[in-house]
Amino acid sequence: MNLNKLYQELITDHSKNPKNFGINKSYNLDYRGHNPFCGDELHIYLNLNKNKIIENISFSGSGCSIAIASASILTEIVKLKKEKEIKNIISFFLNTSKDKIYFSKNLGLNEKEKLAIKTLNSIKKYPLRIKCINLAWDVLKLILDKK
Amino acid sequence: MNSSMFYKIKNEFPIFKKNKGLVYLDSANSSQKPQSVIDSISNFYSSEYSNIGRGIYFLAGNALEKYEKTKKIIKKFLNTGDDYEIVFTKNATEALNLVASCYGEKFIKKNDEILLTELEHHSNYVPWHFLRKKKAIIKFIPANFKGELNLKYFKNLINSKTKIISIVHISNVTGAINPIEEIIETAKRKKIPVCIDGTQAIAHHLVDIKKINPDFYVFSGHKIYGPTGVGVLCIKKKWLEYFEPFLGGGGMVEEVNYKNISYANNYSKFEPGTMPVAEATSLLSSIDLLNKITVKKIVEYEKKILDYAFDKLKFEKNITLVGNPKKKGSLFSFNIDGIHAHDVATILDADKIAVRAGHHCCQILHKKFNISSSVRVSLGVYNCEEDIDKLFESIKKCKKIFNI
Repeated sequence: MNLNKLYQELITDHSKNPKNFGINKSYNLDYRGHNPFCGDELHIYLNLNKNKIIENISFSGSGCSIAIASASILTEIVKLKKEKEIKNIISFFLNTSKDKIYFSKNLGLNEKEKLAIKTLNSIKKYPLRIKCINLAWDVLKLILDKK
Repeated sequence: MNSSMFYKIKNEFPIFKKNKGLVYLDSANSSQKPQSVIDSISNFYSSEYSNIGRGIYFLAGNALEKYEKTKKIIKKFLNTGDDYEIVFTKNATEALNLVASCYGEKFIKKNDEILLTELEHHSNYVPWHFLRKKKAIIKFIPANFKGELNLKYFKNLINSKTKIISIVHISNVTGAINPIEEIIETAKRKKIPVCIDGTQAIAHHLVDIKKINPDFYVFSGHKIYGPTGVGVLCIKKKWLEYFEPFLGGGGMVEEVNYKNISYANNYSKFEPGTMPVAEATSLLSSIDLLNKITVKKIVEYEKKILDYAFDKLKFEKNITLVGNPKKKGSLFSFNIDGIHAHDVATILDADKIAVRAGHHCCQILHKKFNISSSVRVSLGVYNCEEDIDKLFESIKKCKKIFNI
């Protein structure tokens, strides 16, 4: 196992200083997700405005470095994007296999976002950690699907 | 028995030959298997196989004899005397479910109280939780910050509504050896039956059932170097009679009529259907291993390794133990400050060190300690001081990766 690949700088940076961490008071949608296998829990709070744009998003909870980094990266990517666009990105990420990653243009991702997603996706090589990467993405998917 | 004898015992476990460099520190989850147990199962299927309690041919007779001999050997190993019977189940969890369900059905009414502890594994909480449907009340004997039970509270929690006490013998998180003899003595004076979850005790602690005097004592085969698929319920004989059957099927009945059914009047009443005969009888080999080394020597040896680990812990910064009981079995749980348990376990895994990370099916206790997870190190007869050295080398690596 190549630990340097698993714990890349991007992951350790995000886990130590997660972006959008805490409860934003303006939220109108939220959900607390839980991984019973390891006890990790992430609560996502978001504000979806009339134009179906996520105006603000944050998360709280506890988890391993990978779960926290993934949540941090996710919130950075989806902030100020349209709901429809976000759903596409989530579905793209959750369905991308560990081996290949191909970004179609209509995902609307910039280079920095693509690199972050690529890094997260590389962790899918470690099957026992897939749940950690996916937790935040699953929670956001659930919020948007169920609202 | 000195360390070199235990090195020889490690050679009896083929997993270490096929996985060079493996440091297995997860025996509290499930222990590895010696060749003798593997051979026992293989031989049973290749040369001795038959179902039991059905056929009347020689193979069936021999298989039944071996099955009952296993029960006899288990009784001898646990020093049960004649007051107890052995019931085989699928695992320790099923045995606890059997006790909770059968006892609950017959003896628990609205507002009756069930006494557990904050140290319980989910397997000794969830089956009792089901009785809340009958409006039963569950109370927990609290643990202190060392992860030990507070007996003063225990005595205050007992009252005329307490109908049963179910307690773990050795905590699978803090390693605390609970004062079950004292608890049972108090309970007996008030005529309250006691069930003990002994899954972490049997292979690491001297268990003398006659001395302990529980109503039920439960453990699993796979944690005593035996196979998966078989659990053991050591039950005071009178309960076989008091309890209604837990599961129904073939082999547990005496007479079946259109309207009425009468049940077997021995252990068979609680063993419906085809049992895991190969697995159950292979417990002869795992108990043989424990007897060969002697549990007394195992306790001494594992304590020596545990002490070695605790000496090292003293010099290791940024480690927080989950409790630190005075009397402990051969396991402990910890966290490296600032690193999640799963990250620690992944980094240890890269060095071929197998530990458990998570809440170890003890969410109540983790909540009590205000943590979501921890890393657990647990010992078996195949561990040695070098394993602990490797563990601490790897802990240093964790700190380096996370810059702590």
